[in-house]
Amino acid sequence: MRNDALPRVLFAAYVLVLMLPIYWLIKMSLQSNTDIMSGLTLYPRHPSFEKYIAIFNDPTWVHGFGVSLSYVAINTAISVAVALPAAYAFNRYHFLGDKHLFFWLLTNLMAPAAVFAMPFFQLYYAVGLFDTVWAVALAHCLFNVPLAVWILEGFVGGVPREIDETAAIDGYSFPRFFIRIFLPLIANGIGVTAFFCFMFSWVEQLLATTLTSSHALPFAAVMTRAYSVAGMDWSLLAAAGVLTMIPGAVVIWFVRNHIAKGFALGRV
Amino acid sequence: MIAKPINNRAWFFVLPVLGFVLFSSIVPTMTVVNYSVQDTMGANNFFWNGDQWFRDLLNPTTAIGQRFNDALFRTLAFSLTCLLVEIPLGIAVALCAPRKGWAVGPALVVVALPMLIPWNVVGTIWQIFTREDIGLFGAALTGLGLPYNVTQEAISAWTTIVVMDVWHWTPLVVLLSYAGLRAIPDAYYQAARIDGASRWAVFSKIELPKLQKVLVIAVLLRFMQTFMIYTEPFVVTGGGPGSATTFLSIDLDKIALGQVDLGNAAAMSLVYYLITLTVCYVFFTIMTQLERRRDV
Repeated sequence: MRNDALPRVLFAAYVLVLMLPIYWLIKMSLQSNTDIMSGLTLYPRHPSFEKYIAIFNDPTWVHGFGVSLSYVAINTAISVAVALPAAYAFNRYHFLGDKHLFFWLLTNLMAPAAVFAMPFFQLYYAVGLFDTVWAVALAHCLFNVPLAVWILEGFVGGVPREIDETAAIDGYSFPRFFIRIFLPLIANGIGVTAFFCFMFSWVEQLLATTLTSSHALPFAAVMTRAYSVAGMDWSLLAAAGVLTMIPGAVVIWFVRNHIAKGFALGRV
Repeated sequence: MIAKPINNRAWFFVLPVLGFVLFSSIVPTMTVVNYSVQDTMGANNFFWNGDQWFRDLLNPTTAIGQRFNDALFRTLAFSLTCLLVEIPLGIAVALCAPRKGWAVGPALVVVALPMLIPWNVVGTIWQIFTREDIGLFGAALTGLGLPYNVTQEAISAWTTIVVMDVWHWTPLVVLLSYAGLRAIPDAYYQAARIDGASRWAVFSKIELPKLQKVLVIAVLLRFMQTFMIYTEPFVVTGGGPGSATTFLSIDLDKIALGQVDLGNAAAMSLVYYLITLTVCYVFFTIMTQLERRRDV
């Protein structure tokens, strides 16, 4: 007999360890700076939402949050939309240079952002997109589009080719087949892909801050305000940090069933 | 399996992807290539320098070559350590994760949470968490009598970066493995039960082979990310103490932006890029060959 209690305990222990640093951040966000610096406390003695209220009342923070959300949304939409036909092509057909092209796409995931920051700045400045959400959204396509193709290709492979052929015999035109039949079949894959695109665009900060200055300053860049001449405002920084976790948590809550249903990568 | 039909019109499906990726990749890449073969006396005055930057870089007796070798070694050691911890741990956690019931949704959300935090915030969290005076991790280790000090002591700094990366990215391996495990049909497990297979046999004969495809993705992504790690160690240790945690990308940034030594930086980033590419290509090829052999 398999014992069911042990895995549960181990999993709970893992989650507990995982949550400790996050708990510490939340704890600090509810403390005042004097409380934080006065020594180690396991819970906030005088919890207050003062810093959160300060952030919500400051238009710079709110604007930064909106900017971050908009470039992430634009990037996710572009990445998934262009990756869908490409993933279909890579999975269903042989064409000239297909394998090399696929690997070349993957190589774009290997470009260190630290190296490309400067040339990116020059490029987007030259085309007049500097300091707009579009610059960041397009720049993030460099790694998100290949990733989306990679993930979606596996899901396309999970759909039997007979379905394509049956639809063609039934008189469906290709675009109609693709939208009405094929897309619903890989809905899980689209959910998972969108989640990964969202995630990598949301957490990437180096390019996002390089490509913006004042109009389109992302949330995480506004966070540098917490470092001031008067010293670190740890409490404010912690509150802002907690807020950056919320959109991600919401997105994964929506796609949790898609992830649970699995990458149809098995091709069983 | 039927062979895929040859159809060169499939290129039209790939064109949008090509456009978006090329737009962001070709100009920056060519800029780096340009810098790598030129030298400057300042004031935007460039002249041809041939392969001199590359010769210096790959010669361990020069200062830059020595520096590159050290950083490369540190980065490789870091990547390997992280992979060795994260992949087994991630698979183990995925095996323990709840498969059905109310706990599935909340469990996925909490496990994924560390990945969804912007990288500079991750750095900040660990910067505080590891302080001896106000951070739990630092205080606990110091309380145990360990000589723990991130800013002064190399081993502490190194351990902190590894622990942070394990904390940050094991969830990716967990999610991918979890999804892979869920894709295994129940019939496989039933057959194993009828045959009286042990838990280990189920794992090594059914689960692990079926996970191969997602594990290739996990290993490749984790290798690329750890090999290029920048923001988190930059925030936590700034590459120190000394140069103990100066990984390649941090060193590159120091050379390119700190010393504005563009030639060296460009040559270094190209070599760096080629190393990543080679490792990934070899791994990718071996894994797809293995898979093909198993399928036959």
